[in-house]
Amino acid sequence: MAEAKKAKKEKIPRTKMPEQAPEVRRRNFEEVPLGLTPEMAQREAGRCLQCKKPACVTGCPVEVPIPEFIGHIRDGNFEKAILALWTKNSFPAVCGRVCPQENQCEGKCIVGKKDDPVAIGYLERFVADWARAQSDISLPPIPEKTGKKVAVVGTGPGGLTVAGDLILKGHDVTMFEAFHKPGGVLVYGIPEFRLPKEIVAHEVAFLSQLGVKVECNVVVGRMITVDELLQEQGFDAVYIGVGAGLPRFLGVPGENAIGVYSANEYLTRSNLMKAYLFPEYDTPLVKGKKVVVFGGGNVAMDSLRTAMRMGADEVKCIYRRSRSELPARAEEIHHAEEEGIEFFFLHSPLRFFEDDKGFLTGVEVQEMELGEPDESGRRRPVPIKGSTKTMECDMAIIAVGAAANPLVTSTTQGLETNQWGYIVADEAGKTKKPGVWAGGDIVTGAATVILAAGAGRQAANSIHQYLTWGW
Amino acid sequence: MFEIIARQELAQGTVVANDIMAPKIAAKARPGQFIILRVNETGERIPLTMADTDPERGTITIIYQVVGKTTAMMARLGAGDTIMDIAGPLGRPTPIEKKGTIICVGGGTGVAVLHPITRGFKQAGNKVIAIIGARNQELLIMEDKMAKASDELLVCTDDGSYGHHGFVTDVLREQLQKLGDEVKEAVCIGPVPMMKFCAKVTEEFKVPTMASLNAIMVDGTGMCGCCRVSVGGQTKFACVDGPEFDAHQVDFEELSRRLTAYIPQEKEAMDLFQHKCSCEA
Repeated sequence: MAEAKKAKKEKIPRTKMPEQAPEVRRRNFEEVPLGLTPEMAQREAGRCLQCKKPACVTGCPVEVPIPEFIGHIRDGNFEKAILALWTKNSFPAVCGRVCPQENQCEGKCIVGKKDDPVAIGYLERFVADWARAQSDISLPPIPEKTGKKVAVVGTGPGGLTVAGDLILKGHDVTMFEAFHKPGGVLVYGIPEFRLPKEIVAHEVAFLSQLGVKVECNVVVGRMITVDELLQEQGFDAVYIGVGAGLPRFLGVPGENAIGVYSANEYLTRSNLMKAYLFPEYDTPLVKGKKVVVFGGGNVAMDSLRTAMRMGADEVKCIYRRSRSELPARAEEIHHAEEEGIEFFFLHSPLRFFEDDKGFLTGVEVQEMELGEPDESGRRRPVPIKGSTKTMECDMAIIAVGAAANPLVTSTTQGLETNQWGYIVADEAGKTKKPGVWAGGDIVTGAATVILAAGAGRQAANSIHQYLTWGW
Repeated sequence: MFEIIARQELAQGTVVANDIMAPKIAAKARPGQFIILRVNETGERIPLTMADTDPERGTITIIYQVVGKTTAMMARLGAGDTIMDIAGPLGRPTPIEKKGTIICVGGGTGVAVLHPITRGFKQAGNKVIAIIGARNQELLIMEDKMAKASDELLVCTDDGSYGHHGFVTDVLREQLQKLGDEVKEAVCIGPVPMMKFCAKVTEEFKVPTMASLNAIMVDGTGMCGCCRVSVGGQTKFACVDGPEFDAHQVDFEELSRRLTAYIPQEKEAMDLFQHKCSCEA
């Protein structure tokens, strides 16, 4: 409390994260925020009021004991801090980087009521990075084997959480990944400059050390079905965390011109396949000089900033609503603007133009204005009659969300889906099919890494209960 | 890691066949399905169709023409070497049922894809007429296997060096004229122009026709949309909705254009690779 009082008195300002300068980083794929030093972290930790009833924890989908781990940082006991974090979060190095903290823990922080909130995300990242650099951190104790087998379909944040939780409860866990590398969206979706792939590999290696088996190149629904996992492969439970997995296109003419990408394709080529290192790596990308990106979420920001790093002359974000409706994390928008991304609010695509060889040359857009609120509560964009313009571009990336990929759902007997194809599951992730759980984007539609991890946590608890007591 | 068990050169070394140990894929693969492979850590993911499978031996056979860096790298691999990643089987299997007479038309390495489909139709009790073609006799592949897989095999070469002198479309037309309503379905697989012209011929005779589309792919699970094709005015993904589609509805011009997306990069990668190889030599 002494430090807290002191902090209050002295009004220590929120620590600024050191970053690569915008003019430098906009052309490289190195991580943008450089991380806090131990001194910075301890000082920032001193800003925490150590609330008795911490509001921040209620804002966290996996209920990280935030005041506890921050208190340990303040006291300089980083090992205790990481152990506290690990009790609720298997991959803090990831969450410290990609969680929308402003809407979660930091959004609820009491300090934030009058001042800037405690930089919980920075501190989480700091401890996780510190732990990764240590060679002698002891693994959590692994209990005696229960003899139960769990299959986890998909190795994204949800699957990783389920695997981590259940291996620590003594169950045998096998993860199945369709791609050649585990990590799901953390590997194919989020760019290196926001989440270095080495960190994801480290988190997966940690699970492997605990005994989790990882099988790559297994497309569940084609090579093997969920029913076969249960009936022929001897798994007692299956968790489906495959993500949404189907890109939405705009449905406007000319969309199949060369140079028009879904964000999924653009980012997969760049991140998973390392097209940004072409020709050292073999996967190519069209090198757009004038790039437009449709959408305003985190995936759009990742696409915009990747295109800039790939050497584009101009990169435009085209969003059909206004700035205040942008769904991306505040930090991503801020970073994108610093890097020279131009924003065109209240514009909507009408059609793409291509040359006689099929290459994209431009896009016609419609100017919009905000009308009455729609079902999401946001004001609906409506076209301004007669107000269109054409923008020149040689690459376009469509980042307007994802839909449910039917590959797993359509090949699993008795798995109920809703009208949009998402899996019907209760709060614990339990589906209508005995022995099968689901969570993350394939249940909720496209959301965030931490919500998927939260769903994985709930499901892991429920699966454990089932394996112990029955359905 | 997937081990290459056997390697064979076809068509004067321009086409290579590999038998690869992949028991799970071999057990599950059905005619018309494909795999996606990545040769090594820096490699790209490319889709390839399976020319054959041997579930007992646990192998799949892939046949490819050396067209770019990936296939050039693969062509240098021999028995005992490995391919880093193979995912499959992917795509929808060919809907095979007993219908009557089926004509299967293949050109170039498309014959490899056609082989298990032809065999499947024959095994299902259809009368299968296969038509395969190449520029000349040396470039013709899988003649013996196709003869075995079909009831009647008609071979043609563009230069007349072997079999009928002319294109597969000419022979296809002759057969349709001769057999009339007896032909219930046609399958055409090969270079895009070949499939396009086959589809034009069969459309005249109102014979339902399937084409297997070789779009560029990344994941092969419907996740990226790279392989999108227009079929009957609708966008479809070749990897999960196909690879086979109603050939009369396919926009082959668009497919041809989209296949050219990366020609400059493909050339750059190939030049670098060949330069490196000549330095090593």
